[in-house]
Amino acid sequence: MDPHPISIYSRLTSALGSGLVALSLCAATTPALTQTDKAVKIGVLLGFTGPIESLIPPMADSADLAFKQVSDSGQFLDGKTIESVRADSTCIDAGAATAAAERLVTSEKVVAILGADCSGVTIAVANNVAVPKGIALISPSATSPALSTIDDDGLFFRTSPSDARQGKVLAQVIKERGYDTIAITYTKNDYGKGLSESLQAGFEALGGTVAISTAHEDGKGDYTAEVAELAEAGSDLLVVLGYADQGGIGIVRAALDTGAFEIFGLGDAMYSPTVLDSIKADGNDLTGSFGTVPGNEGEGVDAFQEIVTPVGLDGQGPFTGESYDAAALMALAMQRGGEATSEAIAANMIAVANAPGEKILPGQLDKALKILAAGGEVDYVGVTNVELVGPGEAAGSYREYEVQGDEFKTVRFR
Amino acid sequence: MEPPPHPSPVDSNVVDTQAVDTKAETKRPPAPWRRPLWIAVGVALGLAVLSMVSRDGGGIDLLNALVRFANFVVIPGISYGCQLGLGALGVTLIYAVMRFSDFAHADTMAFGAMGVILATRVLQGMGISAGPLPTALLALPFGILGAVTLALVFDRAVYRFYRRQRAAPVTFVIASIGAMFVTNGLVRLIIGPGDQRFADGDRFIIRVQTFKEMTGLSEGLALRTTHVITLVVAVMVVLGLFVFLNRTPLGKAMRAYADNEDLALLSGINPERVALWTWIIAATLATIAGTLYGLDKSFKPFTYFQLLLPIFASAIVGGIGKPLGAIAGGFVVAFSEIAFTYPYRKILGYLGFETDSLVQLLSTDYKFAVCFIILVVVLIWRPRGIFQGRVI
Repeated sequence: MDPHPISIYSRLTSALGSGLVALSLCAATTPALTQTDKAVKIGVLLGFTGPIESLIPPMADSADLAFKQVSDSGQFLDGKTIESVRADSTCIDAGAATAAAERLVTSEKVVAILGADCSGVTIAVANNVAVPKGIALISPSATSPALSTIDDDGLFFRTSPSDARQGKVLAQVIKERGYDTIAITYTKNDYGKGLSESLQAGFEALGGTVAISTAHEDGKGDYTAEVAELAEAGSDLLVVLGYADQGGIGIVRAALDTGAFEIFGLGDAMYSPTVLDSIKADGNDLTGSFGTVPGNEGEGVDAFQEIVTPVGLDGQGPFTGESYDAAALMALAMQRGGEATSEAIAANMIAVANAPGEKILPGQLDKALKILAAGGEVDYVGVTNVELVGPGEAAGSYREYEVQGDEFKTVRFR
Repeated sequence: MEPPPHPSPVDSNVVDTQAVDTKAETKRPPAPWRRPLWIAVGVALGLAVLSMVSRDGGGIDLLNALVRFANFVVIPGISYGCQLGLGALGVTLIYAVMRFSDFAHADTMAFGAMGVILATRVLQGMGISAGPLPTALLALPFGILGAVTLALVFDRAVYRFYRRQRAAPVTFVIASIGAMFVTNGLVRLIIGPGDQRFADGDRFIIRVQTFKEMTGLSEGLALRTTHVITLVVAVMVVLGLFVFLNRTPLGKAMRAYADNEDLALLSGINPERVALWTWIIAATLATIAGTLYGLDKSFKPFTYFQLLLPIFASAIVGGIGKPLGAIAGGFVVAFSEIAFTYPYRKILGYLGFETDSLVQLLSTDYKFAVCFIILVVVLIWRPRGIFQGRVI
């Protein structure tokens, strides 16, 4: 057999890759190796690299915090522990995400996967790995409406609401602020397309006009041309449904530089301090721009703050609460089913998330585990007031925010 | 792919320009027709302008249209054109002297710019700044040093081996693709795949709001510091390079080597020395181009990788192997990319042609397609480019 140079290359890299994986595994799982029968492996498949890499570390840490609380309680499935295995979904590369999920299932033998983060890769992982292999997939942040209707065999859940709802809420916010004609630009993927379509439908239903709605490609150096196109259509407000580390901020920057727009409507993925910092570093000002992000207030949020502050985690970051809730729900569902399997998660997810039962706040996981072990019922409230509806997705409430100076101010919850 | 036996790849101003002129002469309309043609075009344009200005508020509208055109097309086009031109200059130089297309050039730009960013961070940490200008300009020598080192390491480790083998150009091209991947990986390893902003100092010379207040026009114009810096630096670098190639013994040796390798060797030119200086100059150009692009837009390894196509398009459109062609090609590609994807609705509105359509030839998604179209058109109808470079 004539070894083709490319195949040598791929063999080399895969050998190198598996070597690295083995190495990192050794480092990460040394304590677990001594108690393999007690550790339940759960994959954490999030975009550690890629367009939302700045949002991911707090999300993954929040999930790990929940797993740690479950492990430390000693109540989980008669004293078992949960060990999370991280993998990179890249947020945009469906092939890479599928491969990473495949690795989690076949070589890491995870029981279930928490992830993925972005809608496109989540759909790919659900279709190519989770459903064929019967693995439960719980996403903290995939919000595309398309995920409500995929053929998931009851294995897919999400603790974030569908964008079908965010679009409506954002449309309402825009309309109430007195804008009648808007331009929309969205990141060219399932998330952007889904959200832009629901926003357009919602805004037109309220009697508004969408002058132009175009997609933008991520990862370009310059967005002046895209902004010119949006500005030509003639509208008062530019709604940017893009990513904070990518095209979204590029569009905002180019629009401010060329004076095409001054006020922006922003989607949830733009809710990131990096946006404010870098716009401020340009000498521009985003004051007056506004948007929506999944979030809520109440006991859950306060309780979450109390448990994250001591460990130095930022509990305010987008989707951190959702990540914690997703992790907690997976553990509780397994506890209710009495076994560490995907079937147990799929069968008991809704039961532990919704009424009836004892209300459970973040930090009370040991209490919930005890109740479930005794055969009782819990209604996990969590950080985000989780209520799973329809095909297993959060009903969701949204925070309306506005930029004032160099911070995001919460206007109200909807 | 083989170059013809005795082309004149580097622009030797005196002899070659004349040759180009006589060749080009045959394609233009015969001399007696030229003047009336120009007069007719001038009169038509004058009439068009007059008819617009004579409308109500026509003068102001015309100014508004011009300002808008300048803000969205001319200013971005000039700075992008300079950046592409400097990049293409390096490609064309390597092609002329080393006789292969250097696919690693865009990544060399990223590598050089990365050096500049790291040095900028250090300088900023030490509290050194260039006042209203970006600190990156001070850091430029460090970036150049880094890129030159990298280029020389590749030359010693890879290209020299093939040069001694007298390998076919295609072997060099494939080797340069390898160098591209290595450089690409190095940049990501050192500085990471993410966005880096390193522009400091005053961001604007004229802001949109200030311009509107100053002139009272409804359209604004933004002139960023980086636009001006790009233009000034590019002009200086190009002038310097031309003086070097045409006036210094080393530049002449390079051109001689490019013209005819065997004759140059016979007359005692040291090929290793020529190769050394070609790499030094190309890496310097790459760093400057990369830094200007990063300052003006933003630094991201993947964006630089994508610059490869427009840079090659520029070099080929201009005539590969022709320094002047690289600059011209850079502007042709930059302006085509922007002008073909710009919607002219508002400008036409100012000129009295109200319309509901955006009047946009191509969606901005097709920017890359413009590069490809230019490449195809040029390779079919004018394979040697505007300045009659080599055929590849």
